[in-house]
Amino acid sequence: MTYEIIGITVLWLFLYGYVIVASIDFGAGFFSYYAKKTKKDHIINQLISRYLSPVWEVTNVFFVFFFVGIVGFFPDTAFYYGTALLVPGSIAIILLAIRGSFYAFESYGSKQSNVYMFLYGATGLLIPASLSTALTLSEGGFITETNGEITMNYLKLFTSPYSWSVVFLAIVSVLYISATFLTFYASRANDTEALKLVRKYALFWGTPTIIAALTTFIALGQHNQRHYDRMLDLWWVFGLSMGFFMISLGLIYIGKYYGLAFISVMLQFFFAFFGYGASHLPYILDPYITIYENATHQSTGIALIIVFIAGLFLLVPSLILLMKLFLFNADYVKGKK
Amino acid sequence: MDPVLMSRLLTTMTLLFHIIFATLGVGVPLFISIAEFIGIRKKDPHYLMMARRWARGFVITVAIGVVTGTAIGLQLSLLWPNFMQVAGNVISLPLFMEVFAFFFEAIFLGIYLYTWDRFKNQMIHWAFSLPVVIGGGMSAVFITTVNAFMNTPEGFTTGQDGFVTINPIQAMLNPATPTKVFHVLASSYVTVAAILATIAAFSLLKKKSSEYHKKALKLTMMATFIFAILTAIAGDMSAKFLAKEQPEKLAAAEWHFQTEEGADLILFGWLNEQDMPVGAIRLPGLLSFLAHGDFSSEVTGLEEIPEDERPPLWIHYMFDLMVSIGMALVLIPLLYLILMKTKKWNEHHKWMLRLIVLGGPLAMLSIEFGWIYAEEGRQPWILRGFMRVEEAATTSPYVDLMFIFFFLLYATLATVGIIVLRKLFRNNPVEVELEKKYPSIEKGDS
Ligand code: HDD
Ligand code: HEM
Ligand code: HEM
Repeated sequence: MTYEIIGITVLWLFLYGYVIVASIDFGAGFFSYYAKKTKKDHIINQLISRYLSPVWEVTNVFFVFFFVGIVGFFPDTAFYYGTALLVPGSIAIILLAIRGSFYAFESYGSKQSNVYMFLYGATGLLIPASLSTALTLSEGGFITETNGEITMNYLKLFTSPYSWSVVFLAIVSVLYISATFLTFYASRANDTEALKLVRKYALFWGTPTIIAALTTFIALGQHNQRHYDRMLDLWWVFGLSMGFFMISLGLIYIGKYYGLAFISVMLQFFFAFFGYGASHLPYILDPYITIYENATHQSTGIALIIVFIAGLFLLVPSLILLMKLFLFNADYVKGKK
Repeated sequence: MDPVLMSRLLTTMTLLFHIIFATLGVGVPLFISIAEFIGIRKKDPHYLMMARRWARGFVITVAIGVVTGTAIGLQLSLLWPNFMQVAGNVISLPLFMEVFAFFFEAIFLGIYLYTWDRFKNQMIHWAFSLPVVIGGGMSAVFITTVNAFMNTPEGFTTGQDGFVTINPIQAMLNPATPTKVFHVLASSYVTVAAILATIAAFSLLKKKSSEYHKKALKLTMMATFIFAILTAIAGDMSAKFLAKEQPEKLAAAEWHFQTEEGADLILFGWLNEQDMPVGAIRLPGLLSFLAHGDFSSEVTGLEEIPEDERPPLWIHYMFDLMVSIGMALVLIPLLYLILMKTKKWNEHHKWMLRLIVLGGPLAMLSIEFGWIYAEEGRQPWILRGFMRVEEAATTSPYVDLMFIFFFLLYATLATVGIIVLRKLFRNNPVEVELEKKYPSIEKGDS
């Protein structure tokens, strides 16, 4: 494997990690707001904050890892995306900042106010919607370069069916991932009341996820024929994804093995995400940036990979410890510690 | 408005805001760790309570540090796309390492904060503070190597279209790195020590006597003293580095126009029409000493620097203010220690405490002055000798609008952060908390 391929694989892996952990967090925001509106907040909010409080900063680092990494391996992304995305990028930063800081303020500072709950819920949907736009842009056609000037065609972006289908897919996926995780977590905590509620959420959001995935796929066919064809070549990967979706939904439906159900959801997204990513290659921004022509120098690329491997030796044991203490420690989950 | 100017202003605002919380993020864990260690060793609940309360406040400041840090990280690409396209090839390595330091810090911070009473052996809990201390310190080290690289770029060769060879390790270990890293770390620790001392002294002023705050004051004052001396030593080394590698920065800060031997140090004052310093304090030969450790050595003057490569002269005030505060941060704890060691005198005298209260805010100002001096002193370069600031900035016309958005964001974060911190400690006074947690403490002893 060349260092370009290793680089993009590593980045994609971390982006996938971010999608999973951040979805849990974003979705939880929406669910707590929704629960409050329907006067059910006393049932699940304790559960949500027990899981989220110790890990929110870790979630954020996944994101930082991705954007530092992509500029590191492919510095031209900074130039194209950086120039084109000043406004939407800044808005995404502001949303993230509001969400992150208010989260900490509220959980340590005082009781939860209505404004806060609204922001927490709303940003939970708006952030995935705005971040997913970066993937839409990567398909090409929205960012154009003429004589070294980078421009972004907002009108085209806002009127493109593909763009909206991606936003829709991002939102429902977030809710599905989050609901299945919370179902698993509630079952571990033996919290039957919360379990009943979040299981209902999980069942509800399953079907829209698949519908959105199919819609997006069709819309992509209209937008980028090349990518669409490459995805068809990889049909079996998406088939696996579909299979794991069925398993997860089935397990939740019969009300057993919630842990396995969540792992199936992770695999469902793993295959979909990697199928999408692999068929996207070699482009990072169609047609301007490819992983081969726009990668950093070899010496830097190799240094980054070495640091990455060394970093994993530090991270993996630490992450396992974190999960042992907060996710797989039955007493903690049950609120006894 | 001009995107270059607005990009500069937005970067300046974000960095000046982030650096407050970054400094706290580097320093506070060290003091939490020290307090918990002493508390466990001496079996003294006062120190354990110190660690707990500092940690609780820290959660709020970390949150702001993390979100503003994320903002800068992205803004680097959004505001300086041309710079990142070029320099990204080199500085991505330390930035990437910094992310691992964050990861490490974030994981153990989560563990530390949520496992206070979970282990029988308290030392296990204390041990979890170490990765947080190290992670915070290392992120400062790595980001400082990036800044050092911008001042004295090294570790690459250039050809027709950009870089020909790159050695990212050599780039990290550029000539500016050793002194910068040393000075940034020492100044972060002294600042946090001084701020914690400010809080203790302020409480003592309001509540006359409390054993808890007296212990906190003693601990933080001793730390301020030690780290202030280290900061001054590091600052002196930085000046010697500048004299050798980046003479225009030192010369502009010192209003040193002609290259000469036995150069005088000029403190404060202002410039008249002929660019002659007026109303300044002149310390004969001291600039030569600061620059080379020898009162008669030669110091490069601004005349040797092409006119369009000279930094602005107002950084003189930034430098002088930083150094004056640096001196004060040595003298205040020294006075406190003398009062403490002399039996007849009272180190908790009203005026002593008032001086200490000033120390924390001054130290934080000094951090800001120091960075403004260092960054403005690099002008007009973003990458000294290779790329100018105006070549690096975005061409997007909307930076001014973004500036307003971010201004509102930071203002909100600052306001809400302060309100939350006040509530957190007001509604939960230390006396009450000590009694609840450690009922064995004698009444009135808290
Ligand atoms: C509490 C904060 C603080 C204090 C008391 C001092 N400094 Fe400082 N100084 C910093 C905080 C700082 C800083 C924020 O850490 C800077 C900004 C950039 C850097 O590398 O460190 C800095 C930069 C900086 C530079 C520029 C380095 C460069 O650009 O490479 C010099 C020459 C000095 N300092 C010298 C001093 C001296 C002689 C001091 C005398 C006591 C002093 N500083 C006190
Ligand atoms: C990759 C790293 C960095 C980049 C790209 C960068 C870039 C810049 C730029 C372009 C400016 C505007 C200068 C001007 O035109 O006035 C600036 C200013 C500034 N930077 Fe840096 N910088 C970096 C690292 C740092 C670090 C680590 C700090 C520490 C907090 C820092 C602190 C500042 C400050 C305080 C200013 C304001 C100075 C002023 O008043 O102009 N910078 N930086
Ligand atoms: C160009 C300059 C800088 C950039 C791009 C930057 C980037 C970041 C980012 C992305 C984060 C959030 C990490 C997370 O998600 O946990 C962060 C936080 C932090 N930064 Fe900065 N940073 C800069 C300057 C500095 C400087 C100069 C220091 C230290 C002297 C510093 C120390 C820290 C620390 C300790 C944190 C952790 C949060 C906290 O404990 O408050 N940063 N920074």
